[in-house]
Amino acid sequence: MITSLSSLLRAAETEDIGNPWVNIAIFGGFVAITLVIVFRASRNNKTAADYYAAGRSFTGPQNGTAIAGDYLSAASFLGICGAIAINGYDGFLYSIGFLVAWLVALLLVAELLRNTGRFTMADVLSFRLRQRPVRMAAALATLTVVFFYLLAQMAGAGGLVALLLGVEGAAAQGLVIAVVGGLMILYVLVGGMKGTTWVQIIKAILLIAGAAVMTLWVLAKFGFNLSDLLQGAIDSAGEGGESIIEPGRQYGVSAMSQLNFLSLALALVLGTAGLPHVLMRFYTVPTAKEARRSVVWAIWLIGIFYLFTLVLGYGAAALVGPEVIKAAPGGVNSAAPLLAYELGGTILLGLISAVAFATILAVVAGLTITAAASFAHDIYASVIKHGEVKPDGEVRVARITVVVIGILAIIGGIFANGQNVAFLVALAFAVAASANLPTILYSLFWKRFNTSGALWSMYGGLISCLVLITFSPVVSGKVDPVTGASLSMIKNTDIDFHLIPLENPGLISIPLAFVLGIVGTYLSKEPPHPEKFAEMEVRSLTGAGSEKATVH
Amino acid sequence: MTETFGERETDYQRVQTSDEFQALRHRFRRFVFPMTAFFLAWYFLYVLLAAYAHDFMSTKVWGNINIGLLLGLGQFVSTFAITMIYARWANNRQDAVAERLRLHIENGDALDGGPA
Repeated sequence: MITSLSSLLRAAETEDIGNPWVNIAIFGGFVAITLVIVFRASRNNKTAADYYAAGRSFTGPQNGTAIAGDYLSAASFLGICGAIAINGYDGFLYSIGFLVAWLVALLLVAELLRNTGRFTMADVLSFRLRQRPVRMAAALATLTVVFFYLLAQMAGAGGLVALLLGVEGAAAQGLVIAVVGGLMILYVLVGGMKGTTWVQIIKAILLIAGAAVMTLWVLAKFGFNLSDLLQGAIDSAGEGGESIIEPGRQYGVSAMSQLNFLSLALALVLGTAGLPHVLMRFYTVPTAKEARRSVVWAIWLIGIFYLFTLVLGYGAAALVGPEVIKAAPGGVNSAAPLLAYELGGTILLGLISAVAFATILAVVAGLTITAAASFAHDIYASVIKHGEVKPDGEVRVARITVVVIGILAIIGGIFANGQNVAFLVALAFAVAASANLPTILYSLFWKRFNTSGALWSMYGGLISCLVLITFSPVVSGKVDPVTGASLSMIKNTDIDFHLIPLENPGLISIPLAFVLGIVGTYLSKEPPHPEKFAEMEVRSLTGAGSEKATVH
Repeated sequence: MTETFGERETDYQRVQTSDEFQALRHRFRRFVFPMTAFFLAWYFLYVLLAAYAHDFMSTKVWGNINIGLLLGLGQFVSTFAITMIYARWANNRQDAVAERLRLHIENGDALDGGPA
């Protein structure tokens, strides 16, 4: 193990882990296969329902696997493994929060949403509220969430590329991010939701299978004894290594960091049910019952995967070591691929990296199509064109949006390169939990709720999130006390405009958005619409009048 | 999209006030609200312990397996359990009633006499 570690260190120094050509060959093969599937699946894309909601023709298990594919992004695989490998037990919170959050979606949102909406989250919100302002707010919130999510995926792609292909230097990494972005645009343009769903399904199976193999491998190395694995992690972590299995290694430093932990926990558990690309998945099934089945499938797949990441994270700590991971190109996000290299050499590294690449590509595609649907359906068709637009016209705008968002994602990805992936995704969760979730819940369950309350809550949540993030240490002013290097997005340590020490805004912005929803509702003179609430409530619980599957 | 249902609005209100729908709604809320309160309370109890009760969470139970790890895994167990309990409950208790109401509404029958 000592020799392999030192060879790994040497490899890390020369930025030559694995064989770049093997990686490229495996990756290229995967892309080619999935593109063929996308082309085949997209032959029947005729209407907007086909393009956005895959004709509502997927079964629960299929859609559940696709949800898992959407959800298990680079943050879950690269980010959580890295967080556990470096920060130990504190990284485990991501797994738990990301999973428990699904109960909110299962119990309160998924089926009711499927029964009342058509394509996007805003469909449900505008059901009994005034359409145009609410759609506008919901679309802006959607675009913001997608933007932060994309940043995270691109940062993951950048780190992975840095490690795999030995690509060092901002310009070269930027070029690879541009290639990933280009592929993603192609996927979504050609495939629409149906093609994207199939990519998600294939990728989810590959990712979970790959993680399962690695998990068994790691456990086998420790005689299938979890306690021995933890001992290995303690031994590799060096002085004070015991802290890797105890809470507080990352968040126990001060009262402020403990608040950061609470804020993160709140954002994680309330974010999922407000994520627009997850909500949109509930529309790709024919009925609410299938929506429920798909969430049940998703919870099992996602939960099992997160149990794997616990082993993989501690496995990376034990077999690779936190210091080696931090020093490698790609930093904290490279724990999982480094572990693959340690276990199975170049071949396993190539395979696992190809899966990780595919993960990023597929998630980015899913996010992009959500943003495109949101812009084309909510802003263009409903707000700008007042709903008078031909279905193919809306799809055309969606395709243009895909291209624009693809370009923005590429630029943003180059900018966010180097940040912790799971952490960045948690920011998207905070925005979703603040801007979207209160309004979704109020409009489904609270009779008195009105347009004013929705706008107060959505804009209040969105703006407070953005302000808190902008003036947080994430953007500027966070300096590594040891090396003096910047840990923020702005790498110039002279620029420091951070005002709020909170790294995740959730602790402030989520309660604020819930309160603003109530305040805004009671301040408005808008007359209540009991007949619309009656329709919404009856439809949401019975499925009467819900959108049906299209038949070709 | 709501406009097309305009002429049925009173029908929806009639369904909403019907006994069968009220029972469906009442059962739904009585199940999901307490369940949501329960899993959120259990989750935040865990989070608060992890944030502030380091010594307690670091207590070793067996080998290097400590209480923190067991409680964390307990979150997984409770999530899986609640998922299966809810799915079974909804399949057995709610779906048939919801389906019957849906057919009544979509076929336009049985509304005058109130849903059976």
